[in-house]
Amino acid sequence: MTPDTPSYATDFLLAVERLTVSFDGFKAVNDLSFYVDQDEIRVIIGPNGAGKTTVLDLICGRTRATSGSVRFKNQELLSMREDQIVHAGVGRKFQTPSIYDGLSVFENLELSYPGGYTVIGALAYKRSAEVMTRIEEVAELVFLSDLLDVRASSLSHGQKQWLEIGMLLIQDPQLLMLDEPVAGMSVAERKKTAELLNSIIKDRSVLVIEHDMNFVKDIAHKVTVLHQGKVLAEGSMEKVQSDPRVIEVYLGH
Amino acid sequence: MTRQYRLFTLEEAVNFALLALLIFVILPAMLDPFRLNLFGKYLTYAFVAVGLVLCWGAGGILSLGQGVFFGLGGYCMAMFLKLEASTPEATAIQSTPGIPDFMDWNRVTELPWWWEPFQSLPFTLVAIVAVPSAFAFVIGLAMFTRRVGGVYFAIITQAIAAILTILIIGQQGYTGGVNGMTDLRTLAGWDIRPDSAKLVLYFVNGALLFLCLLAGQWVRKGKVGRLLVAMRDQEDRVRFSGYNVANFKIFVFCLGAAFAAIGGAMFTLQVGFMSPTLIGIVPSIMMVIMCAVGGRHSLLGAVYGALIVNGAQTFFSEQMPELWLFAMGALFISVVMFFPTGLAGLYEDHIRPRLPGLRPRRPGRAEPIATAAAE
Repeated sequence: MTPDTPSYATDFLLAVERLTVSFDGFKAVNDLSFYVDQDEIRVIIGPNGAGKTTVLDLICGRTRATSGSVRFKNQELLSMREDQIVHAGVGRKFQTPSIYDGLSVFENLELSYPGGYTVIGALAYKRSAEVMTRIEEVAELVFLSDLLDVRASSLSHGQKQWLEIGMLLIQDPQLLMLDEPVAGMSVAERKKTAELLNSIIKDRSVLVIEHDMNFVKDIAHKVTVLHQGKVLAEGSMEKVQSDPRVIEVYLGH
Repeated sequence: MTRQYRLFTLEEAVNFALLALLIFVILPAMLDPFRLNLFGKYLTYAFVAVGLVLCWGAGGILSLGQGVFFGLGGYCMAMFLKLEASTPEATAIQSTPGIPDFMDWNRVTELPWWWEPFQSLPFTLVAIVAVPSAFAFVIGLAMFTRRVGGVYFAIITQAIAAILTILIIGQQGYTGGVNGMTDLRTLAGWDIRPDSAKLVLYFVNGALLFLCLLAGQWVRKGKVGRLLVAMRDQEDRVRFSGYNVANFKIFVFCLGAAFAAIGGAMFTLQVGFMSPTLIGIVPSIMMVIMCAVGGRHSLLGAVYGALIVNGAQTFFSEQMPELWLFAMGALFISVVMFFPTGLAGLYEDHIRPRLPGLRPRRPGRAEPIATAAAE
């Protein structure tokens, strides 16, 4: 499809406008618009099937939109390939840990280090001191310093989540999209992850899907509530929590 | 701990050296010229199997049509040799002297334009690698940018192998048809038929195979090799790490095609002919079997796989002409059922742990062959 990019420029880092995707007539995301500011932390909440993950899939190019526009720094993303969207500065963490099982933790991080993206670039790639230092820094941040040479497949669930967060960090995206980053973690891991996320979300915009309300309260600048592919409410956590419609469809459960 | 990039571990270097010893010293010392030439023929299939280790073992791209590239390389070489053998003097009895005999039999009276460049040896040598690679590039571009993979890709490559065979048989006047190109004699004036020439070709073949092995080792040990493993595990994730997955698949597919083509050209030189029966579906599947028997994760394993499968084929067909196909089938089934990672897997699991001074490798290396084929 050709995206319906509006002709005017926007000051927002991310401008999602009239975004629609239809799967065999079912509109998982329906005429959705929202805007994310520079350095803003936005949390998307909503009941199951509200289209939260689909929105992230549409932004990062994993799912193709039916109509609408997604602009990042005034660049239309809907006509770009996934890797081009990454190069533009959008990073994505998946709901289930999505890492390279057959490689070591070090190699997982190394492949996420920016550069050497072309075949020639990858053939000519050298493991420089700069890359190694950066990998060690990031590994320290995500609590994996001692496990750099371990195969990723033998990490625990929580460690895999951290590794994926580390892979994103090393990529250094301007917009970071996280899909339920603390899901499936033990209480201790959850606490550590919250600290980790708090330290890495500085200096960039973050779009998070999360169900853990305490976690949301902690980090959110603004909350968008999705319901049936549409924005049900948007604003501060307090405002959203007191909205009767939100209580009815989501928080009341 | 150092994580510096190294092309070989000590163990790998030793294994490379052992293979070199086998190919360059032991086999030539032990075998008579006829058998050595036979082993030279087997080794031409090792090129294909090594390419498959990169495509299939490392990249998860199962091609059931590697015979296409083997054949294209072989035919490029055969065209040059055929033209050289078709001098006007040697073909004086034809109605059009100076063109290959099969053209004359098929009432072709003029050398087709696309045969002309194959009178040049430098052009031919370039074409042997370039033509199959370019063809692989076109297939790869069409398939991988559309994200066709796994079983669908395997079926399409198999169809291409069938189409090429039919095309060559159908265009008898230009390709020699089902008989192929026979009666090849000299390479730039050097007679390739006597035993002395076969011995030289055997060593050239071995040297080229080692060049391909080194190239394969270099690719696998580098970033591209790690990316291929990553793509096999989590293709989507690689895209979101910023890589255009299709380009890397095209690259490794072309590399596999180029290796296969060199093998094909060496086959033509050593065996003295090239025919469509050598490049169709059945030979293409045999090439995958060689790779599987040797171990699709091991470059060196692929070479041993090619030697063993072809050796077994010769042995069984000599010893039990009626049953040899069943014996081959049993060999393949037993590999899939009992040694899913092939000979290299056996080495990894049973021999390696007993070798002194070698740390056990990290767990989870082996994976069943069936899942990789289904990927």
